[in-house]
Amino acid sequence: MADIAIIKRNKNKIKASWSDRTIQVLIYLFTGFCGIITLLPFLYVLAGSFATERELTEKAFFIIPTEISFNAYQYIVQTGEVFRGLKNSLFLTIVGTCIQMFFTTTFAYPLSKTHFKGRNLILNLVIVTMLFSGGMIPTFLWVKQLGLYNSYLSLMLLGAINPFNMIIVKKFFEDLPVELDEAARIDGATDLQVFYKVAIPLSKPVIASISLFYAVGHWNDYFNAMIYLNNPAKETVQIVLRRIVLLAGEIQTDIMNFDAMGVPPDKAVKMAATVVATVPILVVYPFVQKYFAQGVMVGAVKG
Amino acid sequence: MSKVASTQVQKPTRNKGEFIKYFKQHKWLYVMLLPGALYFIIFRYIPMGGIVIAFQQYSPFTGIMGSKWVGLTHFRNFFIGTDFWMLLKNTLGISILSLIFYFPAPIILSLLLNEIKNQRYKKVVQTFIYIPHFISWVIVASLTYTLFNINDGIINQVIEATVGHTINFLGLPQYFRGLIVGQSIWKETGYGTIIFLAALSGVDTQLYEAAKVDGAGRWRLMWHITLPAIKGTIIIMLILRVGSILNTGYEQIFLMRNSLNISTAEVFDTYIYQKGITNAQYSYSTASGLFKSVVGMVMVLGANWMAKKSGESGIY
Repeated sequence: MADIAIIKRNKNKIKASWSDRTIQVLIYLFTGFCGIITLLPFLYVLAGSFATERELTEKAFFIIPTEISFNAYQYIVQTGEVFRGLKNSLFLTIVGTCIQMFFTTTFAYPLSKTHFKGRNLILNLVIVTMLFSGGMIPTFLWVKQLGLYNSYLSLMLLGAINPFNMIIVKKFFEDLPVELDEAARIDGATDLQVFYKVAIPLSKPVIASISLFYAVGHWNDYFNAMIYLNNPAKETVQIVLRRIVLLAGEIQTDIMNFDAMGVPPDKAVKMAATVVATVPILVVYPFVQKYFAQGVMVGAVKG
Repeated sequence: MSKVASTQVQKPTRNKGEFIKYFKQHKWLYVMLLPGALYFIIFRYIPMGGIVIAFQQYSPFTGIMGSKWVGLTHFRNFFIGTDFWMLLKNTLGISILSLIFYFPAPIILSLLLNEIKNQRYKKVVQTFIYIPHFISWVIVASLTYTLFNINDGIINQVIEATVGHTINFLGLPQYFRGLIVGQSIWKETGYGTIIFLAALSGVDTQLYEAAKVDGAGRWRLMWHITLPAIKGTIIIMLILRVGSILNTGYEQIFLMRNSLNISTAEVFDTYIYQKGITNAQYSYSTASGLFKSVVGMVMVLGANWMAKKSGESGIY
């Protein structure tokens, strides 16, 4: 009786581990599928940007074009607007991020001191802005009135401090050893000197991750650039990309003379523009990945 | 030098002389605060004052001082007009659909990733699925256009080959919500797993070992150990999601909205943009913006209150 029970149980175990195996394999397949689904659109667009018109019209789907053509990129270089957009975005991102880091760290430092008089009042006033805002139109009218319309300064200053990021930086400053501050103060250093000689060098991880957050935000921003800039020479890469891919009908083919392989297909140009706008993010992605998980975690902890 | 140390230890007093002494000692802290304080005043608080134009017939030529007061006229027009119900329906339609499909996606994916024993495989998958989060909505919209457009989009080519006709995903109102929620799932699911995976990594592996010895299978382990470990995180994310039900992410919707699908694509944010910036109906659009801000604030505070009530820490 008992023997039979044991055999039965063993049988069940083997059966269970069999279905368990299947589930395990399915999990590997499904997560792998998710990874591929995220990459596939990029790979397809990359392949298409190098393809000839014939291949793009004849084949439904391919990852490696049989005939490599640089026509689309040549077209993009010659029209120049995508590169002008990249240049503008780069300028906006670098200067904008520096301004944001200056405002964010200098504001977070005094608030990180528990002895700082007025701390709670100021923190509450900051939290109010996280809950309520003037809204799109009053802000727009005010920025116009300040004379910042059509200037990069509007984009750089509007988000000079992101309250969430500021609280993350403040939290990091708070966790620095108090003894360092006290020792430096005893040695006669002013708070300002402690800030840039002690606190800033010790806060490199949080400065790196917050800078990356700000930089990616500037680079990807579309809406503010659309509202506040009204000058083709100042267009950022996102604005240019939107115009090329989503708004444009036919590309003007008469401007240039493509003798080698004929006019680049409209589709390939759109794909090439998408590739050019995506590459900078993919280049910084390894750095972002190194820091962002940490940033998310710090942010998840209450400030 | 003992003076410095002693002031920092001393209890804060209401003494005026004491404060002046503190201020002198730490004047640099106040100097450092200045740029940020000016920022908050100029770019966050003054625009709040600009809300008064919602109660005026504002014109840029006469300014706030010279514009006529009209009381609640704009609010009345906003609520009585047919636009309001259309906006509410469209906004809630997208929000509810994303609550059902987009919200559980990162939870399910992180539970699956948690089952993977091969760390290198897991790392590779994670590296891939986080990428779309850092890509702009313009690029996501461009990819969507390339894949789905009716002329030469690959998806439509496949559909035509199998069914025999194409489907105008980008131009028909009935596909708009699905498109938006699909984009969100593609872009943010991977990144969304981070917070759940972090909660899962804190689970004591001995619990699993002990349960396995007791004969628990994969489902029982998940039900009794894994899910309770992320229950708190799920609740707080759900509450936050419900709290921001009127925020549908306007960059994304703005980019996918066009004249053909506008009947389901117009939400509060795109409407405010349309009326305020394109049509220059400043007062009317400020009034509709104020409605959205106030409801948003009440929802977030309510959600936070519920989070605290449910025993979680809350956000504010």
